[in-house]
Amino acid sequence: MKNKLIRPYGDTLGDGKIQFSFSLPMPATEEGREAARLILRQMGCEDIDICGTRDLNEGFTQFIAYATCAAAVDPQDIKVKTVDTPVMDMEETDDFIAEHIGREITVVGACIESDAHTVGIDAIMNMKGYNHRYGLERYQYINAINLGAQVPSEELLRRAREEKADAILVSQVVTQKNIHLKNLTKLIELAEAEGLRHQMLFICGGPRISHELAIELGYDAGFGTGSYSTDVASFIAITLAGQRDKH
Amino acid sequence: MLKLHLHQQTVERARKAARGIAGSFDWLFRDYSSATIERTVIRMLGIDGATSDGKPLPNMVVEHLKARNVLNRGSAYWIANAMAIKGITAQEAAEQVARGELDLVSCGTASQDAIEDILDQLSDSMLAHIQAQKEHREEQFAKYGPRRQPAIYVIVATGNIHEDVKQARAAAIEGADIIAVIRSTAQSLLDYVPYGATTVGFGGTYATQENFRIMRAALDEVTAQEKRYISLTNYASGLCMPEIAVMGAIERLDLMLNDAMYGILFRDINPKRTLLDQYFARMINAYAGIEIQTGEDNYLTTSDAIEKAYTVTASQLLNEQFALISGIKPEKMGLGHAFEINPEIENCFTYELAHAMLTKELFPNSPVKYMPPTKFASGNIFKTHLMDAMFNFIGQLTGQGVQLLGMMTEAIHTPHIADRSLAIENAQYIFNAVKDLGNELSLAPDSFINNRANTVLEEATFFLEKVAEEGLFSAMARGEFADIKRPENGGKGLDGVFRKDASYMNPFLTKMKAEMELA
Repeated sequence: MKNKLIRPYGDTLGDGKIQFSFSLPMPATEEGREAARLILRQMGCEDIDICGTRDLNEGFTQFIAYATCAAAVDPQDIKVKTVDTPVMDMEETDDFIAEHIGREITVVGACIESDAHTVGIDAIMNMKGYNHRYGLERYQYINAINLGAQVPSEELLRRAREEKADAILVSQVVTQKNIHLKNLTKLIELAEAEGLRHQMLFICGGPRISHELAIELGYDAGFGTGSYSTDVASFIAITLAGQRDKH
Repeated sequence: MLKLHLHQQTVERARKAARGIAGSFDWLFRDYSSATIERTVIRMLGIDGATSDGKPLPNMVVEHLKARNVLNRGSAYWIANAMAIKGITAQEAAEQVARGELDLVSCGTASQDAIEDILDQLSDSMLAHIQAQKEHREEQFAKYGPRRQPAIYVIVATGNIHEDVKQARAAAIEGADIIAVIRSTAQSLLDYVPYGATTVGFGGTYATQENFRIMRAALDEVTAQEKRYISLTNYASGLCMPEIAVMGAIERLDLMLNDAMYGILFRDINPKRTLLDQYFARMINAYAGIEIQTGEDNYLTTSDAIEKAYTVTASQLLNEQFALISGIKPEKMGLGHAFEINPEIENCFTYELAHAMLTKELFPNSPVKYMPPTKFASGNIFKTHLMDAMFNFIGQLTGQGVQLLGMMTEAIHTPHIADRSLAIENAQYIFNAVKDLGNELSLAPDSFINNRANTVLEEATFFLEKVAEEGLFSAMARGEFADIKRPENGGKGLDGVFRKDASYMNPFLTKMKAEMELA
């Protein structure tokens, strides 16, 4: 059994080497270095090498360290929720919608509540898109409505109802003090209360959002860093088509 | 020496078009005022504070006058009138209004002479304070020497002003020349300025006058200790542009983010409201000797940085002309641009160099502000750190005015203390390593860089001439800027714009215009 476990890898299988970088409210002295060492020891590390010490002034110091760590995991025990619909390009998605849904689908998107950072929602929705993937506005079979920044949850749901949306896209970029979790929870609770939750797909995205987190919050899917319009569009098209088949 | 050969006739054409566009808003600047301009006047009369439930007194007074349909005479008139009739201070007048004990309109009518005397005194006193702050800054630079070029500009953004102070002090000691306190994410759309010291914010810290004072005092201490004047900056943008400008002038901020069109395009604030507010805000900045910084980097975070490079140049030229109208001199114009080209594109660095040289050479006397990679910064902090180094290389090589340092954790969180320190180390290493390299290099004849810069300039000129012909508002309504459609009567804050009565008074506007010899 033991040989199935994997550990961090430096240059020898099973060596458990990890690179660390962290700061402490301690001066750049021997005491500071010892504090860094003790922190790593409490984390279960051994062979601790504090190889870099940077004085950050005002009583703070950054430590760069290597250490070995006894932690090990069995890959067979790992369970991760991922979006597992295949990814199609724009033309394929348009063809797929035409064939399997047979009408234009409506997607309403917004950065909700306090969030003013539209870079994520724009990358997915704007005509222009991002990194050689056109945004949803460019899709022939998608009616994409981007409401922009700081849209109250109530307003997003009102528009989604008016437009008879097939999917809602919510972006949350600012995550300080977990504000994104509060905002996303508020939206989903309102949607439940208004009876909209199961009338459309609820999808969220942002740099700190994973599919697993999205599911936990009650969404249909979540897209994190490195996701493109093609990922989102394919998921929407395939999931909607699947729901039709069931009915 | 590294230098472009720009087609000077094209430069002239571009400036002429931009001048025409900015010059067509006389009617707006002359005949209109806004709720936030009136709140600014109220603040300049010496009124500050908020009710127990957090409503700022300047908002209470403006709402009081608006409800009585008399705001078009100007808030200055009504406050001075009450002061003359009741024998109270401006602050007392505002407090009584807030408590519902005073009606500014039905409290009697003082003589015009009495009102003018009061306003004359109060405006002299405020303008003298702002002048004194400006002179203090100039003395400090004279004593400790000018800011390095490019200046090292870093952000703090913990949400808690007291935590910000620790991080700002540490950064300043390490070598930062300019500290920017990033605002809480929703503040630009608040139609009031929160009051007092704040300890909770999202993605940043609220801009309040007390927060400005706390940070300025901390940086003054570091200035004395390090014998290097540490500048402070914040955002005079959004729905309270001139109010924040005057708070900065009072508390001696040294730079202010202030873009003529950013609010319209990227925050959906009404076009008339924005242009009107920036006119007065920038006049305060000019009077206070505050350097403005513009937000052209935003065009590139939403569009392709090569294809839309000309929108940066066009916006810089418009910002320049609007700034001149408000009395800002070229040496106080931190026109913006950014290093945002996809790093996978072959020769992307060469393109960046061409664009950076174009900005620097179009505005040779301005402390142009160079923004770091953000769009292609990723969770791979090692790669981002490397991109930041390339960005720093161009900053020093082309002599940018202000280098807004990139953070390796740009794509992850607001900077931790060590992230900021590593960014400063990165910049100091590169700046020192290539310090005089620019003097040793020249472009090959018919070089790609020279041709590219001229191409961007031509595209910008063509665009500006088209906008000049159809009008700025109409061009914005058609989505010609940043692919975003902004109709003249759409967006937030239009209900705060009003036409001035013939009897309207704003002693600060009158005096600043006279002193700076503005039309």
